[in-house]
Amino acid sequence: MGLTELTIHELHARLVAGELTSVDLTRAYLARIAATDGRVNAFITVCEDEALAAAAAADRRLADGAADLLTGIPLALKDIFCTEGVRTTCASKILENFVPPYDGTAVARLKARGAVLLGKLNMDEFAMGSSNENSAFGPVKNPWNAETVPGGSSGGSAAAVAARQAAGTLGTDTGGSIRQPASHCGVVGLKPTYGRVSRYGVIAYASSLDQVGPLARDVEDCAILLQAVAGYDPADSTSVDTPVPDYRANLRDGVKGLRIGLPREYFIEGLDPEVKAAMEAAIATYRQLGAETVEVGLPHTDYAVACYYLIATAEASSNLARYDGVRFGLRVEEGRGLIDMYMKSRATGFGAEVKRRIMLGTYALSSGYYDAYYLKAQKVRTLIRQDFLEAFNQVDVILTPVAPTPAFRLGEKSGDPLQMYLSDIFTIPVNLAGTCAMSVPCGYSAAGLPIGLQLIGKPFGEAELLRAGYAFEQATEWHRRRKPAI
Amino acid sequence: MKISRSQVEQVAKLARLALEEEELSALTGQMDAILGYVEKLNSLNTDGIVPTAHAVPMENAFRADEIKPSIGVEKALQNAPAAGLGCFKVPRVIE
Repeated sequence: MGLTELTIHELHARLVAGELTSVDLTRAYLARIAATDGRVNAFITVCEDEALAAAAAADRRLADGAADLLTGIPLALKDIFCTEGVRTTCASKILENFVPPYDGTAVARLKARGAVLLGKLNMDEFAMGSSNENSAFGPVKNPWNAETVPGGSSGGSAAAVAARQAAGTLGTDTGGSIRQPASHCGVVGLKPTYGRVSRYGVIAYASSLDQVGPLARDVEDCAILLQAVAGYDPADSTSVDTPVPDYRANLRDGVKGLRIGLPREYFIEGLDPEVKAAMEAAIATYRQLGAETVEVGLPHTDYAVACYYLIATAEASSNLARYDGVRFGLRVEEGRGLIDMYMKSRATGFGAEVKRRIMLGTYALSSGYYDAYYLKAQKVRTLIRQDFLEAFNQVDVILTPVAPTPAFRLGEKSGDPLQMYLSDIFTIPVNLAGTCAMSVPCGYSAAGLPIGLQLIGKPFGEAELLRAGYAFEQATEWHRRRKPAI
Repeated sequence: MKISRSQVEQVAKLARLALEEEELSALTGQMDAILGYVEKLNSLNTDGIVPTAHAVPMENAFRADEIKPSIGVEKALQNAPAAGLGCFKVPRVIE
């Protein structure tokens, strides 16, 4: 088996045993990227020199016996994470030449553990999208089928793991942007509870919803990556100062007696029959493992997409006001004065979906419409959050599909923004509630496309979520039985 | 119609976006459809519901007022489209 097939925990064992060097491993990944990325387009920037230097440093640390679980492990980052000295574009023309002067906290924490950063991954521009078709650097192709989308917005982060171009990656999730691409690419993806991971140095989209999380080959790798980046950060006042548990300590404890909620609002007419069948099989597996299933209600589910597209766009219109051609980013200077420069720089630098969301958000916040749209959405958000908190009085985790269908075709929804937004119907409520959720592979369609299972946990219930995901994964073969032919 | 073409033009000005004619036309239709969809929120009675701005309840986060090293002028200016004399340069504002 090739080196790029191994999980992080398997690689760690070989690195500390001296059977493998990080430099050799990093070279194998760089060769894999060079051989496959023409077809996948997961990378915006490959950092060959920096990666090999970090690998050599990791090998010295391994030789000194001072290795961490991530020391010498080749990872890659969504191009939304600020990396000192390495271009960070957010897949936008407006940041095409932006080189951050500092590392974001998650990046700094990975570096401190001796991880090797292979490069920066493609995404929907400013994390706005569900298909990765909104990138200024071209769409990412799903490694399972190049005619279909990888999902978005962390499409590159999911595709790179599936295509064996990185041992693990980080993404961000505002309305499903880790879980939906993880589901479409057949990898594990976890969106932590809001406040669990620092957002410092993560380019902002919708600040009350954005959260950093890992994508990996298996649940244990996901736990290792989350462990590395979780925890309070004084540089992000919205990160929460609550202890970080050892996410691997109870991973193997099983699900006997675990109460799993099945929300009736998620198992609806119109759910793809293959997705439905995969959910039913997953529920049966959990019952065999000794879990109890309980029907629960999340009655405001149907309002989540409408609520999200007001709140997220309002926050985006405010966050993206900083791109004005003054301190960083593209400047288009022609014509008359400062305002003209702002207007032309922004119109030239932003893509169509980003403009659409800035426009919607500006409208929702504008005088005379604020109460009707933004304030109304914030009140509905309260109802959606209460739905989850009440359901968690009855159950430990909630099981749902990640997406209503397997990956759709490139171009299938790009002409109809509303249809694209509705593809996030099962993931958006979790961001509004601010709790945690993960996507775990649970089957394949007849056409060979992966299907993901969503497990939703209580606020700061990541350890329980990972334990539930691990039990399912170990009882099935979905995460290892097949791999893309790319 | 939830939103008119002239309203879209006004929003574009507020958002500091110099949009082309075709973009304004496309956006009018798209925003109208999306605003029509979000109307469904009005079918919910939210009287007396406290709005949620953040999922995690939090108050002002204070820190000690201590002087610490900052990023410095050189690094702060390294991405500036135009800079000089330790400042960001912008087009003339006052005639």
